[in-house]
Amino acid sequence: MMADEQDKPLSLVMFSGTDDKLTAAAVLAVGAAAMGRPVNLFLQYYALDAFRAGMVNADHALSPEATTAQAPVIRAHKGQHWSELLRQAKDVGEVNIQACALSMDMFGIGREDLDPIVDGIEGVAAFIASASDGQVVFI
Amino acid sequence: MTTLQIDKTIDARGMACPGPLMNLIGAIRQGQVGQVFEVLSSDEGSKTDIPAWVAKAKHELVEVNQDSGYAHFIVRKAR
Repeated sequence: MMADEQDKPLSLVMFSGTDDKLTAAAVLAVGAAAMGRPVNLFLQYYALDAFRAGMVNADHALSPEATTAQAPVIRAHKGQHWSELLRQAKDVGEVNIQACALSMDMFGIGREDLDPIVDGIEGVAAFIASASDGQVVFI
Repeated sequence: MTTLQIDKTIDARGMACPGPLMNLIGAIRQGQVGQVFEVLSSDEGSKTDIPAWVAKAKHELVEVNQDSGYAHFIVRKAR
């Protein structure tokens, strides 16, 4: 709708599978998509596990840096779920969510085991190719 | 105060960042060129995000008014 030719993609390597980091990554994705940048998400390790079919809305806990004082504040926050933010990102922009082939192999899961929000499975070279000369962020 | 005719008001007060912006984007996509939208937002992020998106998407930020605890953003769909 408004992607300028010079807009470089934002590519996020999603490694962490806790709800706080998934949410932080989803906020970046929706913001970049709204601003007209193509967004690539590459799901590895624990993040990939959170995108398994039927697991998206499960409790994925918080990262170890959340203190006992912070945890209930984070859990009670009224912000939208990370999966809903990603759906919005796909709605307003060009967002490509790919599962890392290595992580799929490691966990012994197939395409049918993933939530439909995941667009496909790709290897690291394809992800790097899609990242092109835009930034790559590891979360 | 504005004397503009507002075609649609989006009351996003209480929504967390980036909810108000996303609601504005959705409304503008469904609206017609020339229509004027008002967003009410208590989210601090909206103060930077809505002007940034409006400029990027080449619409027109008509005015921003601070109220008690929230702001009004008036945006005209320009294309």
